[in-house]
Amino acid sequence: MKHHLISAADLTRDDAVMVLDTAQELARLADRPIKKLPTLRGRTVVNLFFEDSTRTRISFEAAAKRLSADVINFSAKGSSVSKGESLKDTALTLEAMGADAVVIRHHDSGAPHRLATSGWIGGSVVNAGDGTHEHPTQALLDAFTLRHRLAGGGDGVGRDLTGRHITIVGDILHSRVARSNVLLLTTLGAEVTVVAPPTLIPIGSEGWPCAVSYDLDAVLPSTDAVMMLRVQRERMTAAYFPTEREYARRYGLNGERMAAMPEHAVVLHPGPMNRGMEITAEVADSPRCTAVEQVTNGVSVRMAVLYLLLGGAPASPAPPTAAAPAAAPTNTAPTATAPGAAGEAEENQ
Amino acid sequence: MDATQPPPRSVLEAPDIARVLTRIAHEIVERAKGADDVVLLGIPTRGVHLAHRLAAKLHDVTGGPVPVGSLDITMYRDDLRLRPARALARTEIPAEGVDGRLVVLVDDVLFSGRTIRAALDALGDIGRPRAVQLAVLVDRGHRRLPIRADYVGKNLPTSLRETVRVQLAEEDGRDGVLLGRDEPAGEG
Repeated sequence: MKHHLISAADLTRDDAVMVLDTAQELARLADRPIKKLPTLRGRTVVNLFFEDSTRTRISFEAAAKRLSADVINFSAKGSSVSKGESLKDTALTLEAMGADAVVIRHHDSGAPHRLATSGWIGGSVVNAGDGTHEHPTQALLDAFTLRHRLAGGGDGVGRDLTGRHITIVGDILHSRVARSNVLLLTTLGAEVTVVAPPTLIPIGSEGWPCAVSYDLDAVLPSTDAVMMLRVQRERMTAAYFPTEREYARRYGLNGERMAAMPEHAVVLHPGPMNRGMEITAEVADSPRCTAVEQVTNGVSVRMAVLYLLLGGAPASPAPPTAAAPAAAPTNTAPTATAPGAAGEAEENQ
Repeated sequence: MDATQPPPRSVLEAPDIARVLTRIAHEIVERAKGADDVVLLGIPTRGVHLAHRLAAKLHDVTGGPVPVGSLDITMYRDDLRLRPARALARTEIPAEGVDGRLVVLVDDVLFSGRTIRAALDALGDIGRPRAVQLAVLVDRGHRRLPIRADYVGKNLPTSLRETVRVQLAEEDGRDGVLLGRDEPAGEG
């Protein structure tokens, strides 16, 4: 796996399966009396949130804490950002504090990429949603939920989503969740169809590895899972459809449409849901809707991502200035390969 | 392995391994005065297979069922930061739990003792056993921590330049323990 997770395209099929398998094992932690592992003890994870979020921030915070990392939450409101501080100065501040990983959500597409490639910080950068670009950990938790639900006996460990038909419905234009999912699900072997009114299909989607349809009813009977997206009013600067009622009638998922899906098919929603708009209460509350399960799985998947990025030896050479104080005491004593030197110094307990 | 190196020498064959496990099963029953509250936890990968074999032997001796599980220690290793992040193995605690029971950890090779140190930490997060014991197929010496095994299949004096490779039918298609030479010693 790379040093950063900016885009779902950063993950190969094997990387993605590794994340899902790791998450599968970590999910079992929830049944234990002590839901904590010592793996990231002494490492610092900064949640850098320039945009409102509840479930993603809480999910990352819970994930980091269950791995014993120290968590610093930073939200733009009530920080120096509201006084006009730039992303660069904020990043340099975090670097000076010794952040080993920065989880960033930003209203501008590309902010995590800038943070990761600018050399401002040496730690890993995890994209927790940037503008209308990508949200890779959401795609990973969706893939995890899909694999688990569609595995058909067993927990799906080691497997991908080959041959599965996944339909993504709604505001594709403004959806970072859709972009990341199209990339990740096709990497995992699934066939993806996006369904939306023509006005909500982005220009350039012809180049995406997926099919495009304007007719939800035509697609549903052959789909293994349908992912309903929220209509993102806050990002809409023009009228994309005549009325909400018309949108709900043509692209909303109701009980009737759900009945047209195959027996085993499930309904995903990344949340927050607009009941009555893209999804009716009947569907949202049915056992086929995985929205709550997705939140639970989110913690396991984010634990897996943090573990795979931070748990092992640094994958890529960090910038020379990145010798964070926190990283210094971790000694490099060899294991049994060099008998004399292998040391008592290693364990601090 | 290099062609110029001598071929690995077999130190235990399939019948030896079966005999050794039978003996360990009897020793466990003898020390525990029966095996009523014994829980076997294998350390992945080969320790788990050995734990299942040992459970079958214990069942033959006592007639009662013996809970078996696995205990992955990856997240508790002290050398995690020295290598790229590793895949996790399965931790499967039997429904009976470990609280108040006699937990016997099972592994293939005892070497530095670091694996067992990590296993003890992992176990501490899962519950509070009455006692913890350790059974290994091979003890190759060179301990770096104050840890010893309660049940040893074979004591195998080795040099640090030698490698000990345990093969089990479930994993490798055949049973055996091989002693090789001149490879950097791995972690046991």
